[in-house]
Amino acid sequence: MRSRWWLILMLIVVAIALPWCFYDWTHHRHAGFLISMLSQMGMMVILALSYNMLLGQAGLFSLCHATFFGIGGYATVHLLNAAGSGDFPLPMEVMPLFAGLTGLALAILFGSMATKQRATAFAMITLGIGELMATSALMFHHFFGGEGGVTTNRMIDNSLFGLSYASGLQVYYLILVWTVIATALMYYLTLTPLGRMANATRDNFERAQFIGYDPRMVRFLQFALSGFFAGIGGGLYAITYEIVTFDALAAPLSANALLMAYIGGTTVFGGPILGAILITLLQSGVSLLSNSWLVYVGVMFIAMVIFAPTGLAGIIKAHDPIRQAGRLGSLVVPYLRLAIPSLSLVLGFVGVAELMSFLTIGAAQGRKLVLFGGPIDVHATLPWAISAGALLVGGLWLRFEAAGFHRVWESLTTEARR
Amino acid sequence: METVLISVLNGLVYGMLLFMLASGLTLIFSMMGVLNFAHASIYMLGAYLAFTASQFLGFFPALIIAPVVCGLIGAAIEIWGLRRVHHNGHIAELLFTFGLVFIIQRLVQMTWGMLPMAYRVPPVLDFPLFSLYGVNFPAYRAFMLLVSGAMLLGTWLLLKKTRVGLIIQAALTHPNMVSALGHNVPRVFTIVFAGGCLLAGLAGVIGGNYQTTEPGMADSMGPIVFVVVVFGGLGSLAGCVVASIIMGMIQTFAVVIDYSISDILRPLGVVFTGDTLFTEILTVPVARIGALLPFVMMVTILFFRPRGLLGTRDT
Repeated sequence: MRSRWWLILMLIVVAIALPWCFYDWTHHRHAGFLISMLSQMGMMVILALSYNMLLGQAGLFSLCHATFFGIGGYATVHLLNAAGSGDFPLPMEVMPLFAGLTGLALAILFGSMATKQRATAFAMITLGIGELMATSALMFHHFFGGEGGVTTNRMIDNSLFGLSYASGLQVYYLILVWTVIATALMYYLTLTPLGRMANATRDNFERAQFIGYDPRMVRFLQFALSGFFAGIGGGLYAITYEIVTFDALAAPLSANALLMAYIGGTTVFGGPILGAILITLLQSGVSLLSNSWLVYVGVMFIAMVIFAPTGLAGIIKAHDPIRQAGRLGSLVVPYLRLAIPSLSLVLGFVGVAELMSFLTIGAAQGRKLVLFGGPIDVHATLPWAISAGALLVGGLWLRFEAAGFHRVWESLTTEARR
Repeated sequence: METVLISVLNGLVYGMLLFMLASGLTLIFSMMGVLNFAHASIYMLGAYLAFTASQFLGFFPALIIAPVVCGLIGAAIEIWGLRRVHHNGHIAELLFTFGLVFIIQRLVQMTWGMLPMAYRVPPVLDFPLFSLYGVNFPAYRAFMLLVSGAMLLGTWLLLKKTRVGLIIQAALTHPNMVSALGHNVPRVFTIVFAGGCLLAGLAGVIGGNYQTTEPGMADSMGPIVFVVVVFGGLGSLAGCVVASIIMGMIQTFAVVIDYSISDILRPLGVVFTGDTLFTEILTVPVARIGALLPFVMMVTILFFRPRGLLGTRDT
């Protein structure tokens, strides 16, 4: 228990210190890319955690989560504009709260319809709601600004602490504070009777009904509150980018929330945080380099669904009994033996995917595949043969090694249980 | 009058195309309880495969080959994917098919590129069939109606009049009993999933050159098809037919209606002025918000009848 508090404290300290670690002392400038990436991470952590209130804690597969994120963003943009013109004197620091309330209001409206159903029907209805909002955003120019979106200026000269929010760093710290507050609140919610009942309706909604709870009410409250937190994230988005377009409430962002929460791990509270950080990191790195970024995410996601439904945090948590037994050291060699074929498999897969995408998309963009310091001819046989070979050998070898790893793992867990 | 008649015909064509997609989705759902998110992706795959096949073999062989390949892909997805996640519950199955959407989407882009394909109506069918008030009705649309009608009849006959259909229906309600009678229930599931994908592929073949064959076609078609399935009632094939036709009609009629809510209220002496969100909603012509209507319809029906039009059960 104590180690967990240390972990949280350390995370916060790292988040505060990180912009200063990459400070350019010769020019007295902050690393802009890093700060914008960290800001993005903060919003995505809120989005993923609030999504997990549905998927992980209540077992609801929602496809319209970005709707509440986006509406929070649009509301903040309009509030900032009103505040800038003096119509609505409100300090910057509480803007995300109003964004959250907008998200809450919309989530109450849509939640009253969607939470009549559960499981598959719920997923379909939320898909429809998400599309409804995304299409409306393109059609109604007055509130949503059409395709161009709505712009604003965040320097409204009204702050509780006298900050101007001219620099990205000040905005980042605002995001950090709100992320910590939202995360703490969401964690607190899991401890309340509502959070517990959400888990109960997820696991066995009929039994929860027999005890005398209304599962629909539980779903509704959980849905509305998750809309509130998503709205906060959207408010921070609007403050950071000073523009909100329909991308902020369209389906790809909803899918992103799902990917982050699931890959991070829906069964552990901190899982989505891990997923949000990891996916944002990969997104800002890999998506710039590769056209096939979505294939990698998709394959990673499907592999998680099939082989590790508990996500990354779940995998880490599965080591707990072995760690308590003090036998973590005996897993090092099996892990190393897994690493080599996995690396070959991943490299082979990346090779095939990149060769394929450079054959079509890359050619259309006029780009060339450059690897190992030289251009690679995507029409030659050799790179294809090497990639396919690495993929096949890695795959077969991994199957063999995985069986061995499984034996070691089983014997260790039975030993730890004893 | 002529606009109404032409719109009815076009709406029927579009509605039957929607039905071909939605019926496969409904079949799979009512059998296995799985909502296949990748259904529209299979539709797109069918269109692309048909384009490639028709370049080498011509349109009519492609009409057979592409759906069969799609069916085989569906069988592979069921055997190596869905069956493995089945024991993790319905949410895991939904997530699995959701992940497939990304992969198929990007694989199609990686194989065929980002640009629209020049997948055209075959020359044999590229002539005006008849003329209504000076507007030509293409023969290809009649062909689409023919194919989808034949498919509707074929599916109905297969399910209701054959032994295979009997076993499929029995496996839907009493899987354990069917299994005890010596039928291989998992194989029945594979066949149903493959069959659904085959129908989606067939829809892709005839829909690919009716619309355009491009990487965005799954994203534009997917949500509408899901709306149709929810609107008609999850798992109800009859509801699926009705909902498809209604959606097709609404989408085609919306384009030709140039009225807004304020136009209806004007004779009553209500006039809106000013520039707010409220007046914008009231004064926007129906033609401009055509894409919005299916979703509005879905939300409306869910408000009054959560099971959908002809749905009989909650999920």
